[in-house]
Amino acid sequence: MHEMSLAEGVLQIIEDAARSQKFSRVKTVILEIGKLGSVEPEAMRFCFEAVMHGSIAQGAALEIIELPGSGWCMQCAMNVPMDEKYGACPQCGSYQVQPVSGTQMRVKELEVE
Amino acid sequence: MCTTCGCATGEVKIEGQDEHHHAHWHVHEDGAAHSHAQDGVASTKYRHVQDAHEHIHGDHAHPHTHDHLHFGLGAAHSHASGMSQSRMVQIERDILSKNNDYAAQNRTFFAGRGILALNLVSSPGSGKTSLLVRSITELKQSIALAVIEGDQQTTNDAERIRATGAPAIQINTGKGCHLDAHMVRQALPGLELLNESLLFIENVGNLVCPAAFDLGEACKVAILSTTEGEDKPLKYPDMFQAARLMLLNKCDLLPYLDFDVKLALENARRVNPAIEVICVSAKTGEGMADWLAWIARERTALLEKRQGNALIHYG
Repeated sequence: MHEMSLAEGVLQIIEDAARSQKFSRVKTVILEIGKLGSVEPEAMRFCFEAVMHGSIAQGAALEIIELPGSGWCMQCAMNVPMDEKYGACPQCGSYQVQPVSGTQMRVKELEVE
Repeated sequence: MCTTCGCATGEVKIEGQDEHHHAHWHVHEDGAAHSHAQDGVASTKYRHVQDAHEHIHGDHAHPHTHDHLHFGLGAAHSHASGMSQSRMVQIERDILSKNNDYAAQNRTFFAGRGILALNLVSSPGSGKTSLLVRSITELKQSIALAVIEGDQQTTNDAERIRATGAPAIQINTGKGCHLDAHMVRQALPGLELLNESLLFIENVGNLVCPAAFDLGEACKVAILSTTEGEDKPLKYPDMFQAARLMLLNKCDLLPYLDFDVKLALENARRVNPAIEVICVSAKTGEGMADWLAWIARERTALLEKRQGNALIHYG
């Protein structure tokens, strides 16, 4: 969803960092995307190149670290692994599972010069 | 598109404002950062280099690609004297942090003035604008209100709202598929919102993207109409998960449709067990009293919070 806007968000963060950390070129962008986040990594890759074009991150490599998801199942009263945001509990099949981790979409670090 | 440098940050137009309203920053090859001013004066000192990955060493030029090897903090392929060494910069920022910062500013703005801001989200054609027109007609005698309209193109919706006598401002998102908090912030001065008023923000008709973009609203209200499928909450769960209230619109058509209301509510509650639901018809007025009472409760709660739990009565 809306990966074009999210890629623009990444660029804004890069431009902010460029001002505060004094760098003029970005060679690698490392993102952390949780499995339960709202970003499709493939769509992000597609948009990333287009959005970075003409910026200080033009041509930068994109590395995406995918983080696993987990949620709290109210029926089982325990943390369970989750593969999809609105998926059922793998133990009991209930949909009353609250995502606990894996919803991140963050810029983790940049390789710059 | 910005005519100074060709960058495309969207083609957002806000009624009553210069089309080229966005200032933006660039950092150049030599590390100098500057912003483009609104008057579009081109910089003569800095030119944008289209392919930043090509450098010239004395008598030869070579483009370079890089692999993913990192040796400590240095790049795996540093190769010439005088070249700056690459380094890693820790960022650890949420991709939506910029939007969330603007949303927090909007929320502070609304809270300080006791303004209840509702973000109305739905598919195109669910009857959002008709519902708004009816709501405004019934509310305008008792509450000061205003509307921000979001659409890709045209000012049709803002004109429909203004025909009711309520102030409205249209944001055209151009290529964008949703409103963001910065667009709302830019539209606010044009509305001259009164203290303790009600602000409806009608988002772009889209059940996907607006879910992720906080505008600083008190809450999102999702509108589902009976001419859509009962499984919309399952197909587009993010939106129904993000909404506090679901209005099931076009209820007057139920006798003519196969729409299963119970199933639709079950589906909505499967993705959001806490979601509230009101069945309405903007055409016949069915359920409007419940919807307006819901707004009144939200306003009361907001104003009580603002006045330090003092009980407030209003007309």
